[in-house]
Amino acid sequence: MNVWIEKQKYLIDFTLASLARRKAKNLGLLLVYSLIVFLLASVMLFTHALRQAANELLAGAPEIVLQRMVAGRHDLIPPGYLERIARLRGVLEKQGRLWGYYYDPVVKANYTFMVADDRLLAPGTLVVGAGLARTRGVAPGNLISFRAYSGKLFTFSIADILPAKSELVSADLVLLGEADFRAFFDIPPGHYTDITLRVANPLEVRNIASKLAQQFPDSRPILREEILRTYDSIFSWREGIVLALATLALLAFAILAWEKASGLSADERREIGILKAIGWDTGDVLRMKFWEGAMLSLSAFLLGYLAAYLHVFHFSASLLAPVLKGWAVLYPRFELSPVIDGLQVTTLFFFTVFPYAAATLVPIWRAAISDPDAVMRG
Amino acid sequence: MPVSRPSHLALGLLCCCSALFAVSLVDAARLRQQRAGSGQEMLALVRQLQLTDLCLFTEARYTRHPSQADLHSAFQDHPLALEHFPSGSLLLPPATLSGHHERLDRETEVPD
Repeated sequence: MNVWIEKQKYLIDFTLASLARRKAKNLGLLLVYSLIVFLLASVMLFTHALRQAANELLAGAPEIVLQRMVAGRHDLIPPGYLERIARLRGVLEKQGRLWGYYYDPVVKANYTFMVADDRLLAPGTLVVGAGLARTRGVAPGNLISFRAYSGKLFTFSIADILPAKSELVSADLVLLGEADFRAFFDIPPGHYTDITLRVANPLEVRNIASKLAQQFPDSRPILREEILRTYDSIFSWREGIVLALATLALLAFAILAWEKASGLSADERREIGILKAIGWDTGDVLRMKFWEGAMLSLSAFLLGYLAAYLHVFHFSASLLAPVLKGWAVLYPRFELSPVIDGLQVTTLFFFTVFPYAAATLVPIWRAAISDPDAVMRG
Repeated sequence: MPVSRPSHLALGLLCCCSALFAVSLVDAARLRQQRAGSGQEMLALVRQLQLTDLCLFTEARYTRHPSQADLHSAFQDHPLALEHFPSGSLLLPPATLSGHHERLDRETEVPD
C-alpha cells in the first residue's frame, strides 16, 4: 500500500512540474473553471435559500384571498360580499383588506400602501418600510407628502419605521389608517381591495374555494398553496434566469472540455512520446493525466463553491442583486438563511468535476496507446 | 524525504479547501441559527399584515405581487406586447395558470 501511495505521490510531483511548465495557461484554466463553478453555485445557493425563505415566510399568508375581477382586471370588492361570505359554512374568519400601489415621482419608485388594522395608527401618521425610508431619506418624526391620484396633496408624519431585518417582506410598505387610505385613494366606505379568509378545517380549503367561485362568479379565489407554488416555480432550477445562466455556464464549460478533449498540443504529445520511450507504460501516463484532471477540477470546484458560499451568505449575493433589481429603484437589503441542499451540491460536483476529468483522459489514452516514435514525430 | 515536495503542498492545499468546505457547512448551521430570529420577526409581520408576497421586484405591480397579479398582466397593454420589465424575464407565469383549461377535444365523439 505504501509503495502504491508513494508512486501516486511521485506521479503528482511529475504532474505538477508538467503543469508548472505551462503556468499561465493552466492558471488561466483554473481561474475560468473556478468562475464557472462560482457562477453556477452562486445562483444555485441563492435561489435555493430564497425559495426556502419564501416557503417559510409565506406559510403565514392568508389561506384564501378573494379578488373580484372586472373585464379580466382586478377590481374593488363592493359592499355586501363580506356579509355573503360570512354565511358560508367552514369560514372561520374573514377580513376585507385595503391595499394598493403608489408611484412616487420624487424617487421614481413604486410603494405598496396598506391598511394595518391592528397597529392603531393615528390619523395623518404612517409606518414605512426600511427600504423606503432609506430611498426617501426619512426618519421617525419627519413629514412626507404624496400627491394622490385625485391631484390633492396629502402630508403625513412618519410614526415609525418597520424593522430593517424584515425588508424581504416589507421594504416598500407604507402602513396607514383606514380613514387616511380611503381619503388618499378616494375609496368609498364598504369597498375593499380584496378579502382574506381563514378556514376552520385546512382540508376544506379547496371546497370553500369552489363554493366561493360558484357563489361569486366574478371573483377569483387564490389559495395559499397557489402562492407557495408560484414562488416555488419562480426560483426553480428549471425556470427563467436560473436556467438561462445554467445553460450558458454549461455551454462555456462544454467548450472548455471540448477544447481539452479534441486534441493535445504538440508539446503534450511530445511529452507523452518521451515518457513512453523511456519506459513508462500506458497505465502510468493515464494515471498521471488523471491526477492532472482530478487536481485541477477538484481545486476549481472547491474554490468556486467556497467563493459562491461567501458571496451569497456573507456578502448578500451582491453580484446577483443588479439582475434581480431590474429597473426597480427600491430594492430590499436582506440576508438569507443558508440552506444547503446536499443533492444540488452533489449534482454540481458531478456536472463540473467528472466531465472535465473524463475529457482530459480520452485524448491522452489515444496518444498513450500509439507508438512513441509516431507520437514524437507528430 | 524533503518536506517541500510539490505533491505534499498540492495535497495539503486540497485538504485545506476540503476542510473549508466542511467549515462552510458548520458556518451555514451557525448562520441559520443566528438569522432564525429575523425569520420569526418576518413571519409575524406576514401573519399580522396578511402579506402574500416577498418584496423582491418593486418595478411593476405584477412583479411586486406575482401571486396576486391579473391572469394576463404581463400582456396587459396589448396581447402581443413584449414584456417591458427586466424582472419579467425572471418571473414566469405561475404554473397553475396553464392548467386552468380542460381538454375538451378528446371528449368530442363526432368530429366537427
